[in-house]
Amino acid sequence: MRVLAAMSGGVDSAVAAARAVDAGHDVVGVHMALSRTPAQERTGSRGCCSIEDASDARRAADVLGIPYYVWDMSERFEATVVADFLSEYAAGRTPNPCVRCNEHVKFAALLDKAVALGFDAVCTGHYARVVEGVDGARELHRAADAAKDQSYVLAVMGPERLARALFPLGDVASKAEVRAEAVARGLSVAAKPDSYDICFVADGDTQGFLRRALGEQPGDIVDEDGAVVGTHDGAYAYTVGQRRGLSLGRPAPDGRPRYVLAVEPVRRRVVVGPAEHLDVAHVRGDAAVWFGTVPPAGASCTVQVRAHGADVPARVLAADAGSVTVDVADGGVRGVAPGQSLVLYDGTRVLGQATVAATRTAADLAGAASDGPA
Amino acid sequence: MRPAALAALTAGLARTGNPSSLHTAGRAARRTVEEAREQIAAALGARPSEVVWTAGGTEADNLAVKGLFWARRTQDPSRRRVVVSAVEHHAVLDPAFWLAEHAGAELALLPVDGEGRVELDALRAELEEHGDAVALVSVMWANNEVGTLQPLEEVVGLAHRYGVPVHADAVQAVGQVPVDLRASGVDALTVSGHKVGGPGATGALLARRGLDLTPVLHGGGQERGVRSGTLDPALLAAFAAAVDEAVVTREEHAARVGTLRDDLVRRVLQAVPGATLRGPADATHRLPGNAHLTFAGCEGDSLLYLLDAAGVEASTGSACQAGVPRPSHVLLAMGVGEDDARGALRFSFGATSTADDVDAVVDVLPGAVERARAAGLSMAVGA
Repeated sequence: MRVLAAMSGGVDSAVAAARAVDAGHDVVGVHMALSRTPAQERTGSRGCCSIEDASDARRAADVLGIPYYVWDMSERFEATVVADFLSEYAAGRTPNPCVRCNEHVKFAALLDKAVALGFDAVCTGHYARVVEGVDGARELHRAADAAKDQSYVLAVMGPERLARALFPLGDVASKAEVRAEAVARGLSVAAKPDSYDICFVADGDTQGFLRRALGEQPGDIVDEDGAVVGTHDGAYAYTVGQRRGLSLGRPAPDGRPRYVLAVEPVRRRVVVGPAEHLDVAHVRGDAAVWFGTVPPAGASCTVQVRAHGADVPARVLAADAGSVTVDVADGGVRGVAPGQSLVLYDGTRVLGQATVAATRTAADLAGAASDGPA
Repeated sequence: MRPAALAALTAGLARTGNPSSLHTAGRAARRTVEEAREQIAAALGARPSEVVWTAGGTEADNLAVKGLFWARRTQDPSRRRVVVSAVEHHAVLDPAFWLAEHAGAELALLPVDGEGRVELDALRAELEEHGDAVALVSVMWANNEVGTLQPLEEVVGLAHRYGVPVHADAVQAVGQVPVDLRASGVDALTVSGHKVGGPGATGALLARRGLDLTPVLHGGGQERGVRSGTLDPALLAAFAAAVDEAVVTREEHAARVGTLRDDLVRRVLQAVPGATLRGPADATHRLPGNAHLTFAGCEGDSLLYLLDAAGVEASTGSACQAGVPRPSHVLLAMGVGEDDARGALRFSFGATSTADDVDAVVDVLPGAVERARAAGLSMAVGA
């Protein structure tokens, strides 16, 4: 196969590319330039758009003996991932930019361009497995190393894109194995630290990034009865389930910690309350993507509602091509933020995913059974 | 590397000796350096004492732009204007920008016409208005991207009327067109080793006798104090051998690559819809080994990949530090739109180019352009 290896400059994508070469594919390395700022040079090696990362990727490609190109995807990245990030926060939701990047850039713009240029597949350093199912359809599964599994951020690509994806690291036992392999292969990125931050937030200061982009929008922090218990500079800086950083002047009457229950940017309000009011019973997701058939109502599955979150037992209440509602009352799920992905699993296999639109707590259900479905 | 240069280099590498030393080995080394100096001077119409060795074309350009600016301004503080063409190589443009940003220079960029040739009227107007304030004019002999030969004779005539020295970056021109310091009237001229089949990291600034240059590199006072640093006799001998051979064989070489180039351009324009030749339409106004084309609707990086995969090596122009292909400042200065500039390809013909190479390009290019267009269209934002 002719394989385009997306090379971020990190150790994972370098080893993935190496494995694609070993598998006998005709591999070309491509580094995506995602930043509009030409001189985004950082101390350290976080993120994926610095000059240092581009030269690390080039160095790795040279060691592997494969051609290497830089493709400018910055326009697309700005127009989709960054724009979505800002508008979602502005709307009081909590976006996952890695999901959006996979949806709009890596497994969309990059893959489309690759296919148009004659490539058969795009290879990345993601931790996930592609398995051929009984009917020949390709299935997306969690990685062998559950701690590094990234199927949560990949599910958005859907089955057609998956057919052109290659994840050579899906079977590795641990990141340590990847680093050891990088050392053995003479890849200088072997000891490069992992990236955790959002790549386009250069200094890791998401709050500052949002404040600069969206401006200050001061408002009140209120309790569930509407009583003002504090103030904020912008509701967008808060995430459902958040406890730290509220700086409330007045303690709760019962002295228990308070959490963000809702973010209401139009009213410039942040609602806080006790932890148990975050106990989620139902989660509804929109923009659903399914691998295979839509699961029937009543089907048992597990769901993951945030990156690095736990796999929790769930039951499908309703599902169609475009949306899904699951019951997670038994899962002990707290504080699901709208905008995050809801990914459904059958064992290790991804059934599908949707973007969290709304949730209902146990208290909601008890108190307002006549409000209609969540 | 040219065999003559390689022979000079390998023979020289076996010998030790610092040309600044007085002992026997030093004297032998100095002799090699001075013979190389005489050889390069003779090849390019200069006196041996007018050759200042540098570690490449970029250093020579920096020495010319900064050295002339500082020297002229020291003599006459009102001479602060640096006049350079908008299509210069970055080795000239960036020192000029740097002087404007950090050393109190005023930068005047000379516009070019649609074929990349400096607008002489603009230079005339600049000199009429600011003649007493201009420290130097730098206009390249021939453009590295689109191959345009610049009207240096006219540039020199105008500048000298106002007592302004002229520097010309001739890195692309040596071995392609006649280059002669004295005959051209140019005051300083940059030449580089790697462009003429010599070793990399070798170059020289040919600076007319009596021209004041403030040093950029200070140190042991080599090269009459203008450029300090220990010289490498082997590298310089190889550099001079390459320049000498490139100049001696120039006519024959130019005729041969010119024929190949003309053939390529004619056939590509015929075979590829939407292909546009950039730079001079009249082939006698451009470097014989240069062809520059844009392909509407294509991303240069897509073309580059497709051609490379098919065994054809071309170039798109420049890239930023991270390696992102950027629309060329040369094409933009010529008035080419940003979208068209993205689909640019430069083909360079050299000593090893053959008619088979032209056939290969003409075979591959139509399909590559079609494919790159399809890939480019799928990139439309919002699709």
